[in-house]
Amino acid sequence: MTSATLTPGAALGSQRVSENVRYHEDAVRLFVIAAVFWGVVGFLAGVFIALQLAFPALNLGLEWTSFGRLRPVHTSAVIFAFGGNVLFATSLYSVQRTSRQFLFGGDGLAKFIFWNYNVFIVLAALSYVLGYTQGKEYAEPEWILDLYLTVIWVLYAIQFIGTVMTRKESHIYVANWFFMAFILTVAILHLGNNVNVPVSLTGMKSYPFVSGVQSAMVQWWYGHNAVGFFLTAGFLGIMYYFVPKRAERPVYSYRLSIVHFWTLIFLYIWAGPHHLHYTALPDWAQTLGMTFSVMLWMPSWGGMINGIMTLSGAWDKLRTDPVLRFLVTSVAFYGMSTFEGPLMSVKPVNALSHYTDWTIGHVHSGALGWVAFISFGAIYYLVPVLWKRSQLYSLRLVSYHFWTATIGIVLYITAMWVSGIMQGLMWRAYDNLGFLQYSFVETVAAMHPFYVIRAMGGLLFLTGALIMVYNLWRTAKGDVRIEKPYATAPHKAAVGAA
Amino acid sequence: MAEEKKGFSHDTIERNTLLLIVLILITVSIGGLVQIVPLFTIESTIEKVEGVRPYSPLELAGQNIYIREGCYNCHSQQIRPFRDEVERYGHYSLAAESMYDHPFQWGSKRTGPDLARVGGKYSNDWQVAHLIDPRAVVPESIMPGYSWMKDRPLKYADIQDHMKTLKIVGVPYTDDQIANAKADLEAQKSPDGDTAGLAKRYPKAVVANFTGNKGVTEMDALVAYLQVLGTMVDFTKYQSPKQLQQ
Repeated sequence: MTSATLTPGAALGSQRVSENVRYHEDAVRLFVIAAVFWGVVGFLAGVFIALQLAFPALNLGLEWTSFGRLRPVHTSAVIFAFGGNVLFATSLYSVQRTSRQFLFGGDGLAKFIFWNYNVFIVLAALSYVLGYTQGKEYAEPEWILDLYLTVIWVLYAIQFIGTVMTRKESHIYVANWFFMAFILTVAILHLGNNVNVPVSLTGMKSYPFVSGVQSAMVQWWYGHNAVGFFLTAGFLGIMYYFVPKRAERPVYSYRLSIVHFWTLIFLYIWAGPHHLHYTALPDWAQTLGMTFSVMLWMPSWGGMINGIMTLSGAWDKLRTDPVLRFLVTSVAFYGMSTFEGPLMSVKPVNALSHYTDWTIGHVHSGALGWVAFISFGAIYYLVPVLWKRSQLYSLRLVSYHFWTATIGIVLYITAMWVSGIMQGLMWRAYDNLGFLQYSFVETVAAMHPFYVIRAMGGLLFLTGALIMVYNLWRTAKGDVRIEKPYATAPHKAAVGAA
Repeated sequence: MAEEKKGFSHDTIERNTLLLIVLILITVSIGGLVQIVPLFTIESTIEKVEGVRPYSPLELAGQNIYIREGCYNCHSQQIRPFRDEVERYGHYSLAAESMYDHPFQWGSKRTGPDLARVGGKYSNDWQVAHLIDPRAVVPESIMPGYSWMKDRPLKYADIQDHMKTLKIVGVPYTDDQIANAKADLEAQKSPDGDTAGLAKRYPKAVVANFTGNKGVTEMDALVAYLQVLGTMVDFTKYQSPKQLQQ
């Protein structure tokens, strides 16, 4: 029974439900294209607003291009447009293979979800630029768009869960536990955080039902679990399908996957208040938030260990397969940011880090290193399969993408560590007469070089993504680059060949 | 497997989609319920302090501009109880002070300084000049300029609808306040007019022709909002933190 769930046998391996019948792939292809497109848009928006912080003239003096309106465009584009389309593509692709079943509702329903979700994205981005926002981070769309998204999400839940329910495999594969936890919890969070009363049924503006301290708690219950379930549970689902597939090894530990699944989804929900340390939120809630955040370290590393150790006996593939390198590096970044997160949730550390760029760096080590890297790995895996090509246009270009993006991330997060910790220390510095040593604006001026370095890091990450676009475009066309292949022979031979 | 002998195995869950769904829903609900529900039932969550009042119509319009422009992306409104923060910004923030903010504006990042007590810290003229071109008054600032806001007429035809909606969600606007909303909004930017009613309905509202413009502009509203932030509670009345607990 263990083998039925975990070994990449019939369920993981085949491209067909039965002989001569292929799985639904049209919508999956669309989701992949949209994911790549929105990835580039989101990274570009990120680079632009990073440059605005270094060179404020780039706000252009126009209402539509100020940092305050463009920052939600960036966050929504990368989280919900790029990340969302990746999750749709990968979940709808893998659920068919792990269930040995077509999509419930068919390709038609999946395409309906595709078009409506992406129209939602465009409308949301336009609404931010035009000044319509609920004013809550990562939950900016106004009430009417929230309702639209609710309908789309229910259809997605029906399609995914319906496919699982009608599966021909006896067991629900571990990736699908994570996808289901992601779909169900995101639905709860979305509904719970968007209980609003519109001012008028013909207008965009609405007021949330809760205010002040309760509003803060509900928002960060939502906000932290958008990270926990959208960007973690969902992407762990990707890990549990694509890492074993690409490494051609079974998942390292079945038992570990059970333990870390239930503890992860139980503990994550409690962690929200660590965004509200030392605020007017009651102390008991802050303490709960800190305690559970520290405990969360364990299931997070359970997932990391299960992902990385899946390479047992296949470590040499890291050298010869840059796609697998993306997948495995992403899990390593996941481990790093899920260590840093609990550290920052400890109140005395948070006293220094909160309100500073350290938080921004932390988010990006997770978002760029974990979410984006595992997405790139999955996309590189999917495109040749979906476009019926025997291989990618170029593995060397994948490797260039990998190193460009990795250097970009390192520049980004180190710049933010330095600027964040420096600014936190400057805020609390006293001179020898007992006065605050720095005015606020002196700490702003001190950030400038790091904001420039951060923007350069972002630019490198964007450049890597553009290399990917070119590579995928040529792959879809059916081209194969003439290049030195990666040696599959033992290490010595590879050195000799180089 | 060993688990099967004990009568329960995870295998059962893996074979039953509905069971898996129910168990997931239970597992992810507990934390949120424990942390959120008591905030509505425990009375000491929000201190009882004097002075906190709903925003005047002009301040409310200003807050909506503050939200529209995403000011909360770079400015917090939540002072933590640390020596340096209290010296830099003023008394640490109380839950009561944001009880009429739908939604809260505590923020999460200080790219710019905290604004919880910015009210009265700078003159109206400074605020207007700074919003038009931040670097004209603070050369190192990286804030966007909002010059386009200065002459743009404020749309307030539906201000009563906003207040009625806020009343539905719990802000205690009186019928008197709602009935006089438009008059109060205009009065707040007309220092030479009759502002007695406004002062009675909204104590401590800053009355001024903020921009010097004839009609009410978006800039007037935004500055009126900034100037009331953190000024409602008179902290000289409360000698020790003990007295802030009810």
